[in-house]
Amino acid sequence: MRFAVVQFPGSNCDQDCVHALRGLGQEARLVWHHETRLDPDEGVILPGGFSYGDYLRCGAIARFSPMMQSVKAAAERGQVVVGICNGFQILCEAGLLPGALTRNEGLHFRCEPSHLRVESPASRFTSGYGTGQMLRIPIAHGEGCYRAEPKVLEELEARQQILFRYCDAEGRVTAEANPNGSSHSIAGIRNQAGNVLGMMPHPERACEPEMGGLDGKGILLGAAGIGRSA
Amino acid sequence: MKAKEFALKLGLTEEEFDRIQNGLGREPNETELGMFSVMWSEHCSYKNTRKELRKFPTTGPAVLVKAGEENAGVVDAGDGLALAFKIESHNHPSAVEPFQGAATGVGGILRDIFTMGARPVAFMDSLRFGRPDAPGEAGKRTRSLIHGVVAGISHYGNCVGVPTVGGELVFDPAYEGNPLVNVFCLGTLRHDQIRRGAAKGVGNPVFYVGAKTGRDGLAGAAFASRDLTEESKADRPAVQVGDPFVGKLLFEACLELYARPDLVVGVQDMGAAGLTCSTCETASRGGSGIEIELRKVPQRETGMTPFETLLSESQERMLIIVRKGRERELKEIFARWGLDAAEIGTVTDTGRVVVMEGGKVVADLPARMLADDAPVYERAAMTPAKLAEKQKYDLGKILPAQPRVKEDLLKLARSPATGSRRWVWNQYDHMVGLRTVVRPGSDAAVLRVEKPGGGWVRVAMTLDGNGRWCAQDPREGSKALVAEACRNLACAGAVPLGLTDNLNYGNPHDPELFWQLREGVEGMAEACRAFDLPVTGGNVSLYNQSPSGPIHPTPVVGVVGKVDEGVKLAPAVFSTGGGEVVLLGTTASGGLGASLYLQEVHGVIAGKLAAVDLVSEKKLHAVTRMVLAQPGVRAVHDVGEGGILWALAEMTFGEGSAGGEFRVPCGKERPEEALFGEGAGRILVELDETSMPTVENLAKEGGVELTHLGRTGGKDLQVTVHGAEMIWPVAELRDGFEKSLPKALGP
Repeated sequence: MRFAVVQFPGSNCDQDCVHALRGLGQEARLVWHHETRLDPDEGVILPGGFSYGDYLRCGAIARFSPMMQSVKAAAERGQVVVGICNGFQILCEAGLLPGALTRNEGLHFRCEPSHLRVESPASRFTSGYGTGQMLRIPIAHGEGCYRAEPKVLEELEARQQILFRYCDAEGRVTAEANPNGSSHSIAGIRNQAGNVLGMMPHPERACEPEMGGLDGKGILLGAAGIGRSA
Repeated sequence: MKAKEFALKLGLTEEEFDRIQNGLGREPNETELGMFSVMWSEHCSYKNTRKELRKFPTTGPAVLVKAGEENAGVVDAGDGLALAFKIESHNHPSAVEPFQGAATGVGGILRDIFTMGARPVAFMDSLRFGRPDAPGEAGKRTRSLIHGVVAGISHYGNCVGVPTVGGELVFDPAYEGNPLVNVFCLGTLRHDQIRRGAAKGVGNPVFYVGAKTGRDGLAGAAFASRDLTEESKADRPAVQVGDPFVGKLLFEACLELYARPDLVVGVQDMGAAGLTCSTCETASRGGSGIEIELRKVPQRETGMTPFETLLSESQERMLIIVRKGRERELKEIFARWGLDAAEIGTVTDTGRVVVMEGGKVVADLPARMLADDAPVYERAAMTPAKLAEKQKYDLGKILPAQPRVKEDLLKLARSPATGSRRWVWNQYDHMVGLRTVVRPGSDAAVLRVEKPGGGWVRVAMTLDGNGRWCAQDPREGSKALVAEACRNLACAGAVPLGLTDNLNYGNPHDPELFWQLREGVEGMAEACRAFDLPVTGGNVSLYNQSPSGPIHPTPVVGVVGKVDEGVKLAPAVFSTGGGEVVLLGTTASGGLGASLYLQEVHGVIAGKLAAVDLVSEKKLHAVTRMVLAQPGVRAVHDVGEGGILWALAEMTFGEGSAGGEFRVPCGKERPEEALFGEGAGRILVELDETSMPTVENLAKEGGVELTHLGRTGGKDLQVTVHGAEMIWPVAELRDGFEKSLPKALGP
């Protein structure tokens, strides 16, 4: 499948996403935030970084870019959209996903491997995994504390939109294993339609043994429509 | 008379003023004096140290751009790949404004690297502070400095998307009033992408690109070239303010620009001394002149005088000379990245830097005189009167009659001096770029770098300093430092290609302090020659002293190397058990002189480090690289601060690592010496039993001693020395190691 990786000024994981996707046999092209063209059959990646310097709020300015209008339209048409780290923040700001990402509870930026528990394999992005499967994927963010209205959180739970939760090395979801204080230990969610994924951990950093593991492959391959069932 | 007074106020000396006046054949105006004051500061001219720096070996088959030629040195890594790297200090700015001081240190070294045409791929930083666990105000201030500096580095480095892959964090009361913040950056490029900072081609346009000019960082280079005093806080305006977002856009735009064939003639960043330095240095290197119009310089404040515009150190700015007729290409690229690009002047053949404001000449100076004709001083050096006394020590009076090694190791493990630096590097994105193969926490970081023709080269880098060793013996300490850096690379299977140094010393007008610098340079130079290691550039930071006194003499070295093709990288921590552990290199501990053990466990800095045997050291590195190419190597770690016992303890701290049972060789010395001595020339290796014969053979052929220490396994660290057996639960040691730093620093 082909992916358009969006470059905002200040994106810094764009090349990493291209590298990872190509390594998995997918096509990837970089698109500039001023552009508007997206092909109807391509997936979209909003990569990590500090779009527009993260001035105002993370992702708050990026959502006004010309490309984001096209991304919104593509998402509404059912095209796959994946926001990673800053990309997740942009998706929330743009209203494609509910909630918001706020300053880490410990206030510090944190870059480290995180353990994730797959909460629901019933999605395009997790179909390569089993329920409760443990993944080890790095995080690198200062503002990854997921917050939403209680009602929204209830809905996310009820509709199995929470795909990943932070857990410890044994798979237990605990306060200590939550690196940023996210509500319900949320690390990644999908939209109701199931074609939009936002997550703070970086799957593109876990697609090669030399980079510390392969646990992120399933997410990117899932986005490409290559799940276990496929 | 008035001009001379102004010159003195700017920090120029009377002799320097006379030299300027005679050189010009007229009295300089105030703007011109301002330009001389920054260009002739130690920071820009090396006027106090130039004679010493000439002692470094700077040539070698791998050197592509030599020390002093350009903004950073460049070495050949084979297959058409080149590495640009350099270290820079931001000590004084960080002392008065830790967050911005450290952040702009990162931004500054970043510009030095991409100015060369390289894509920056990694940072490391070397940080020194007072003790965070000191009582009262001193400790509180130190903790706040550490938090500020780490946050500043994190802020800038993370945002520009260049990983910070390691470094060092050291505590010693000697740095309480004057912390050290040294930042090291590595970039990669093809040989044919190397850029020069020369203004050539009469009539070619001179562009100013990047952020607008403001009053921040006014005469920062001059500020960095004075002692820190109680009044230094008033120098806050001399500290620049960084914007990493603009820094990131600037380097992406520049790299895009360089990729256009035959477009860029010369490029130079505006760091220290800003517009002044970039114009006179490019003109001097090009053997040309430059004429600029200040009204065309993008400004973010109104009413700036020529003096202020020329001396501003506002961040994220570059001077770029392009081929005439191709101005539009540059403007289009910078417009796309949303950055200012203003044509502010042209290249001339006059040999002069001519500055105009609204068509009126405000400065007209020979470029070479500003850039290269600063006086070179021969500073007096004198062996410190108290040196011999400092180096003498009586272990009998320091150590208890009965050794208490068990308690000693626990004390060491719980000290913030030895604790895990995870608290620091977790705040740095050390993975972005997908190149970091060996992450922080090992002896050296390893990156994979794309070869121009495809495939990867593995590049190892390390950053090392040791003020305590150098305070007790600046010459031997500096030699030991270079040896340790190369040993760290050997543990990653890498051959060192080049070294960059940051010389952090006190006031050069004090003969005893200047002696430290001279000894340090000579020691480093000797070690570099022994390792065939060229010095490719660096930085000098003098005047590192506060009212409480000078810092320890602290040279810091960054060494970059290439990992041998056949090497399989091994972690610095033990496997889950069942491996044999051997010591490669000497069994001599080197004694406790200048050791961390004496400082942390007994509260004294005494004695001096044992002399380094550079010949044996080099053999050890060669054998280690060969050993790492063999199958069955499980772990490798060098013996450094804390001695062999601390090295063994550290090796048990990995996720899932086993403990082990070891016998440490000990001659007639005390067991503390055998266990905690910091003598050079030792590397620990854990390997499969089946690989032992091959490794023994390699050591024998390579002329390196090999000693069997024991086996890994179990959950305890068990060490026998002189027949006495000691046991520590690994969990207890590891707990101290993991918690000591966060505990000392607070949330």
